Amino acid sequence: MMSTTELAAPGALPAHGPVSAGRALDRWRVPLTVAVLCVLPFVLPSQALAVNVLIYGLFTVGFNLLFGYTGLLSFGHAAFFGAGAYLTGMSIVHFGFGWLGAMLTGVVGASLLSAVIGALAIRTRGIYFCMVTLALAQLVYYLALQASGWTGGENGLRGFTVARAELIGGFSVNLLDPLQKYYFLMVFAALALWFVSRVLNSPFGAAIEAVRENETRARACGFDVERTKLLSFILSGALCGLAGTLSALHLSIVPLDALSVHTSSIVVMMTMLGGAGSFFGPFVGALVFLLIEDVASLWTSHWQLIVGIVFILFVLFMPKGIWGSLIALARREGRAPR
Amino acid sequence: MAMLEVEKLNAWYGPSHVVHDLSFAVEEGEIVALVGRNGAGKTSTLRAIMGLMPRAEGRVAFDGTSLLPLGAHARFRLGLGYVPEDRRIVPGLTVRENLELGLVAAGRTDVGAAIDEIARSFPRLKERLNQQGTTMSGGEQQMLAIARAIISRPKMVLLDEPSEGIMPVLVEEMGTLFRTLRDQGTTLLLVEQNVEWALKLAGRAIIIDQGEKVYESSAAALLADKDIQDRYCAV
Repeated sequence: MMSTTELAAPGALPAHGPVSAGRALDRWRVPLTVAVLCVLPFVLPSQALAVNVLIYGLFTVGFNLLFGYTGLLSFGHAAFFGAGAYLTGMSIVHFGFGWLGAMLTGVVGASLLSAVIGALAIRTRGIYFCMVTLALAQLVYYLALQASGWTGGENGLRGFTVARAELIGGFSVNLLDPLQKYYFLMVFAALALWFVSRVLNSPFGAAIEAVRENETRARACGFDVERTKLLSFILSGALCGLAGTLSALHLSIVPLDALSVHTSSIVVMMTMLGGAGSFFGPFVGALVFLLIEDVASLWTSHWQLIVGIVFILFVLFMPKGIWGSLIALARREGRAPR
Repeated sequence: MAMLEVEKLNAWYGPSHVVHDLSFAVEEGEIVALVGRNGAGKTSTLRAIMGLMPRAEGRVAFDGTSLLPLGAHARFRLGLGYVPEDRRIVPGLTVRENLELGLVAAGRTDVGAAIDEIARSFPRLKERLNQQGTTMSGGEQQMLAIARAIISRPKMVLLDEPSEGIMPVLVEEMGTLFRTLRDQGTTLLLVEQNVEWALKLAGRAIIIDQGEKVYESSAAALLADKDIQDRYCAV
């Protein structure tokens, strides 16, 4: 057997200091993220911006599971976000569902849609995967545009304001109160974050990273790569669907834009700004993107130009994104959180 | 019945026909060395057995089950482990997570017990379970790759140039480990450029040249035959 001396690595890391700091941050990543989300309405310029960061942050977390951790770049994730939003709204407008039933419909519907799109898309790789997801998402967009009796067509789906969410034990949340609504939505985002953290810490989390790094090696380790990718795609779609349901409850309308290429592309930008493949990165990316949008749109109607320039600068000079670069910096000292 | 039976195996990379009508067998509990020059088709043979070649034809039976219709993951679940020659450790994952990869795929749930068990054979890995795998030395990474392959208790392990780029002293230690595995009943098919080391370990040897089997004998006989070694294995 190998002896300790013979196998000692020259650059072996210490078992304390930055290592334990990184691990502690890893362990507490969900409570820390939730703590930041708790104070967001009080530190951002507006509560509307805080809700958007919450919703788009969750959307980005879902997308990041597929792109950052599994290595599959989808340009069609608006389909799941929009499906979650539309199905939530439609189940209230057309079937009179309560808020919980509507949310469940939205998430389950988005998951089923992601299973169908995922099953078709994972047969391809690279640019073809991007194009197949984009094309199938466009299909969903045009279905929503054409089925105007159900979806409101170009005008979007309207008329389903949920004023109050009844809870167990006679408690209720006033969703017309911005702050109550924010914390109500945050509970679902926090549960989703906890779920994602569990997934990433599970052997499945290691498996998707193995698939991302080298499919052949993952196969050699005994993994059914196609099944692993499909499962990751469905989980990602379900999380994006949840973000869509929260968006529907927040806005009380579902704009057709929720299904558009624009929505698919901003989630890619948010992920890359924050740092793909990191737990905190998506929320950081969503925060920075929406903050730039919020501030720059006050100065000029061409705010997208500024966002575009910032994005290009990040891609060129900080390809790991904000959080990803911080992790890289921390790793020079020791093991950093992901 | 041999543990692994390969009959008229042919394999291709696109239009390139790299393995030609290859036939051999590996008995249970033996170490067989597959040697030959660079580009002879040794790695392609292992990849074809493991189901990682784009196209393979012929017959490959493992423990009586025909492998070619099965995907790589299904072959693994039959008890066929594989240690590839390329970069072996999944970046971003700790040593523990890399080991868990081998367990998850095999459907083992006793993760803690399995890691404790493997750590007895690889004490250095035990100390580094929470360290990122890629921060270890080349020798340690190789041992981690081997540990990951054997943690699921495969019946047979395909090893692709495990000694490549490893310090000589560690290569000898690795040899001791392989003998221990053999004594415990694990069958090993070893592809190696380090011919002398492989022949000292193995019971039998097969030489492949340009994708064809050109020689098969006991490892001791090949070790003694420098002419054959020079003809087919010299760089």
